[in-house]
Amino acid sequence: MTRLPELVIKGGSVLTEDGMARLDVRIVDGRVAELAADLDGSTIVDASDAWVGPGFVDLHTHLRDPGELWKEDIGTGTAAAAAGGYTAVVAMPNTVPTIDNAQTATYVSEQGRNVGSADVYPAGAITLGRQGERMAHIDEMWHAGVRLFTDDGTSVTNSSVLRLAMEYVKNLGGVVAQHAVDSSMSATGFMHEGAVSSRLGMPGIPAVAEEIVIARDLALVRLTGVNYHAQHVSTARGVELIAEAKSEGLPVTAEVTPHHLEFDHTDVASTDPDFKMMPPLRTADDRQALADGLRSGVIDVVATDHAPHAAREKEVPFEDAPNGVLGLEWAGPVAGKIIGLDPTRFFAVMAVAPARIAQIPDHGLPIGVGNVANITVFAPAETWTPTTTRSRSRNAPYFGMSLTGRTTATIRNGRVAHGGAI
Amino acid sequence: MNDLLTTEDLPRQVIEKLLVDAESFVEVLSRPIPKVPALRGKTVATMFFEPSTRTRLSFEKAAKALSADTMSFSPATSSLSKGESLKDTALTVHAMGVDLMVVRHGSTGAPWRVAEWLDVPVVNGGDGAHQHPTQALADCLTITQRFGSLEGLRIAIVGDVRHSRVARSNMYAFHSLGASVTLVGPPTLLPVEIDGWPANTSTDLDAILDEVDVVYLLRVQTERGGGSVFPSLPEYADRYGMTGARFGRLKPEAVVLHPGPMNRGVEIAHDVADDERSLVLLQVSNGVAARMAVLFELLGGDQVA
Repeated sequence: MTRLPELVIKGGSVLTEDGMARLDVRIVDGRVAELAADLDGSTIVDASDAWVGPGFVDLHTHLRDPGELWKEDIGTGTAAAAAGGYTAVVAMPNTVPTIDNAQTATYVSEQGRNVGSADVYPAGAITLGRQGERMAHIDEMWHAGVRLFTDDGTSVTNSSVLRLAMEYVKNLGGVVAQHAVDSSMSATGFMHEGAVSSRLGMPGIPAVAEEIVIARDLALVRLTGVNYHAQHVSTARGVELIAEAKSEGLPVTAEVTPHHLEFDHTDVASTDPDFKMMPPLRTADDRQALADGLRSGVIDVVATDHAPHAAREKEVPFEDAPNGVLGLEWAGPVAGKIIGLDPTRFFAVMAVAPARIAQIPDHGLPIGVGNVANITVFAPAETWTPTTTRSRSRNAPYFGMSLTGRTTATIRNGRVAHGGAI
Repeated sequence: MNDLLTTEDLPRQVIEKLLVDAESFVEVLSRPIPKVPALRGKTVATMFFEPSTRTRLSFEKAAKALSADTMSFSPATSSLSKGESLKDTALTVHAMGVDLMVVRHGSTGAPWRVAEWLDVPVVNGGDGAHQHPTQALADCLTITQRFGSLEGLRIAIVGDVRHSRVARSNMYAFHSLGASVTLVGPPTLLPVEIDGWPANTSTDLDAILDEVDVVYLLRVQTERGGGSVFPSLPEYADRYGMTGARFGRLKPEAVVLHPGPMNRGVEIAHDVADDERSLVLLQVSNGVAARMAVLFELLGGDQVA
């Protein structure tokens, strides 16, 4: 292996095992070599007025590769990830073909190594083809490195199928993640059922569609003991159910997306398809409950549900547009706005907890000598306005918005993956 | 006014101005040669992404009575089936030289999207279960002709309010002109969380029958009758239909409206539909005059006559 250029991250406030400290970080050969008050080197990454912490880890990324490369591929998707501060992403399995076997999973992780600007960890489907009927090749995927299993994009509706998959994954030691939306209640809907959907005359998806699935799943977690992760929780009642499960001691974690933190169903009144996603944007009260849950720790993770779609697919009426919105490049500022100036909690939800939940090695660790240098430099007070994206798609409502907090450098495995080295 | 997309934020003065113009077009349409040159040289395109012969014919008649040229688009014969996006379709037709577009679409908001992409006026010819503003103007014209004004009238809108763009656009227009509106239907056909709407709601048609001046019956989408949102069509007709018996209980001057097409025997009894206090055909002819007023307003024509 060729020697990597030595880097020094200078002037930042660093998340160490002992908390935040004003230190410089020397990186040699891909690892943290030295932490000290005043270091010099030939290549400097400026971290003045910035936090230096573990690279972000996204538990919920749609890279669209294999199969839908007009929307995104592993190169463009991970470039967007690196720009947002991510050093690793978990790629959702609703690709074409589905990641429901070791071969497809291996393609994704190898492609990540070959062309990725961030490490790529494929999630595996729970059922073959995400059809909800027969168990996917969970065992061979496990041995190919898959740790998180989900039929994301759809719920596993059959309770018996889910229970058996949970038992299998529990024995392996993985995590079952659920897209918790009751499909019988969501199939005809396009947005949150409530005052706005009634005004628009648009068929709605009630909040109970989420509650029903989470409540059922928690009963199965109680039965099987599997590690369970609730994806993109969108309702106040969903947060309550997770809180109750945690206080009961069930092995449960949960994520919230940046868009559910930043927007609500009143934004859909514009019928701009960039506000169409599943689960839908809910009410201001739900949004508040999600923010409170993120601050209190009931919700463990901010996960993007980065879901690219080509412009032509969104240049249609709201109801005809596909679900999904980009998120990788703006999740940091959205999370920062909710959490405030608490870098430990900020890196917990952006990096530490997601790496732990998805069992991703060498990510989500405090900055310590000997650790692999997966590091993000985040300037919490910098104000900026996004105008571009590294994604192949542009379906996002963030362009033109004023955001506070910005990733100024991303270092993955000791190399600068995004931002400035001086 | 640049477009006509919704009645929700339409000021009362604008509605009243359109109704005055529409009334003058009623007179035009009664002439031996029912045509004025107001929009000569203008082209109106009807872009109907959802099939609707009646509304399209009404817009085309309105445009032609103003001497405008018309072009029509329908998805059955178009490249939509070839995967062209709504945006490309709109831009393509616009590029042929169009001065105004009427857009009807099964999806809420489609006319707003088209209005965003094009710099010509857009008229909403009905979007999803959201809005159908020219129907509302036609109905306001019809009620105004009968009662002189809507001020103080009590109007019941009865039936599938949840899935009805006519209910929404009429409710706002009726309210704006001073009427008091009650939305009536089974609980499964009333929208959720509508506290802020300018209307009362009721699930009991019989309880309000003798108070109302206008009963506006909505079309039951008979494909919804299979036991999903109400038990059966006969049960619907029994509880919410304008039967002869209910018609007999109305105030003597009260009238019945329906946007068509009617399901005789379901929401309206056969004989009621043909009664002189059923204004259904008047609504249709007023629809042409109301649409003339809208086209005239948006295309800035010269003198009416």
